[in-house]
Amino acid sequence: MSVMTYIGAIGAAQREAMQADPRVIIIGEDVEANVYGTTGESKQRAESGDFVQAFGKMRIRNTPISEEAMVGAAIGAAMTGLRPIVDLSYSSFLYMAMDQFVNQAAKNRYMFGGQSRIPVVFRSAMFYGLNTGAHHSDRPYSMFMTIPGLKILTPASAADAKGLMRSAVESDDPVLIFEAVPLWGQKEEVPDEEYRIPFGKARIRREGTDVTVVGISGSVPLALQAAETMAERGVSCEVIDPRTLVPLDSAAILESVKKTGRLVIAEPAHRTCGAAAEISALMAERAFPWLKAPIVRVTAANMQIPFSPVLERQMYPTRDKIADAIAKVAGH
Amino acid sequence: MTSRPNLPTETLLEMQRRMLRIRLFDERASKMVKRGYIPGTVHTSIGQEAQVVGACMALQPGDHMTGNHRSHGHPIGMGSPLGPLMAELVGKATGVCKGKGGSLHLADYAVGSLGESGITGSSIPIAVGAGLSAQVLGEKRVAICFFGDGAANQGVLYESMNLASAWKLPVIFLCENNHYALSTPAHTVTGGRIVDRAAGFGMPGVRVENGQEVLDVYEAVSEAAARARRGDGPTLVEVMTYRFREHSEGLRINVDYRDAAERDLWLARDPIKLFRAHLTEMGRAGEAEMDALEAAIAQEVEDCATFAIESPDPEESVAFQDLYSDHYELEDVL
Repeated sequence: MSVMTYIGAIGAAQREAMQADPRVIIIGEDVEANVYGTTGESKQRAESGDFVQAFGKMRIRNTPISEEAMVGAAIGAAMTGLRPIVDLSYSSFLYMAMDQFVNQAAKNRYMFGGQSRIPVVFRSAMFYGLNTGAHHSDRPYSMFMTIPGLKILTPASAADAKGLMRSAVESDDPVLIFEAVPLWGQKEEVPDEEYRIPFGKARIRREGTDVTVVGISGSVPLALQAAETMAERGVSCEVIDPRTLVPLDSAAILESVKKTGRLVIAEPAHRTCGAAAEISALMAERAFPWLKAPIVRVTAANMQIPFSPVLERQMYPTRDKIADAIAKVAGH
Repeated sequence: MTSRPNLPTETLLEMQRRMLRIRLFDERASKMVKRGYIPGTVHTSIGQEAQVVGACMALQPGDHMTGNHRSHGHPIGMGSPLGPLMAELVGKATGVCKGKGGSLHLADYAVGSLGESGITGSSIPIAVGAGLSAQVLGEKRVAICFFGDGAANQGVLYESMNLASAWKLPVIFLCENNHYALSTPAHTVTGGRIVDRAAGFGMPGVRVENGQEVLDVYEAVSEAAARARRGDGPTLVEVMTYRFREHSEGLRINVDYRDAAERDLWLARDPIKLFRAHLTEMGRAGEAEMDALEAAIAQEVEDCATFAIESPDPEESVAFQDLYSDHYELEDVL
């Protein structure tokens, strides 16, 4: 095992995928200079071992700032023999390519009767909580969950990010990975050997008996902290990270809710039609006989993100907000 | 027509066959819309056959193509068999897309047809991606995207042209300028000439003034394809043409947005009649041979209609397949 940061794990997975398969390419803004640190050994430019030197400019390419063409070309390249990874940097930039995501990536295989394989990975980073203002702070993964045909990943730890990234590159369907930038620097032990994490398999981050807490993306570590706090108050929490939202491991959540009878869901996206909303609905449908208290969501408000740190810091789930929700459902 | 590359007679006859297939297929499809065999509507390529076939015949096996809403001509031009195409229009199990695409979304990967698109301009970057894969994998193939004068005002075209030019990708941007975006005359919504926009992206722009002459289109696209295959990058080819029928079948527009004199002028330039006359005048084929060729295609189209009508409906469960390449639980979908 080696200790890796979340961002380092993404870079390591990209390197392994590039080495394993010559059909894998990386395109995106500023990938040649390793600006974000996932296409090189470190954030130093053009060091020995960086991706341009290792794989050449044919396979590592800076794109123009043209999200629609970049995403569309990656889809077309995937349909004709490559396995592209597209680095879109900020998640808010995905909207520029919405037609390509919705009308091409998600629909081509289906509407052409299964003729297409579209093995393409779209990486983007959710820079929330970092005072970047409304145009750079979005957490839009739940918008994309509503589009059948896309697979949606929200890794919350280094080991998960690495294993899910490898599976994403090997998937024959379009995969969108939403990285939580507040977690980029967080470290975890990562296996030294190559490994993949299958989609649709939740990770039980902490076992417990009183309350099920589903955390998503950057809310997973906060849910773990809240569980720790509540343990001191005598409430035993089971913390589950679905890791992939499409497909969703609803069975694992259902299993846990049957045991605890109580459910709190925390995520950094907006409340309306969020992942938490979808999980709430599923559990209301399937776990109703076991529920001992109403399901509670801890999400971002249906509000845009303000710039000032004083204003922004109240917008997302925190350890205390999640702990309060747990206390509420536990009757404390 | 003046001097021409000395194409084999069989190639010329194949051009005529494919143009006839498009014409008769679309005429048949139009009737089948009226009679209720085809649900919804279709957009015919009648009048634009030379522009489609001249371009497709300039390609080679292994090349890729993306199209648009005027969608039947492109796969037919690439050589796709008619039966599964017509069955798709009717929504049958034997359709080329299993009945899930319909007229607007034909695709036949067996002939390099990567898909038509109901969204104007949307399939353009897909062809750029096919060019990218050719370049990275070192395969000597090219990709062509068909789009209309309407799509020429979509931003995605210019992002795509820029990317293809910057990376010298083997792509042919083929603008089918039939002068109207539905009812809107192109010149009223288009600044300058479409072909001139190529210069802004550092690529050659070629305008085929008489897009009703199949060999004119063939020559322009052959040159663009050769350039792309050499690794010299993309070309924009604007082909001036005309649709003989309404934007879509069954559409009634009360305003006569097309000038009668203009329409008469273009209707007199029927690409199939022009090419038949050319072939017989050049002594490549006799009248009787051309009659027989036309009769054979007419039979092929009748057969494809019969095949489509007599084919079974798709199983309802097919609606829940092909979303992903791997298995997923229906419980999570319904």
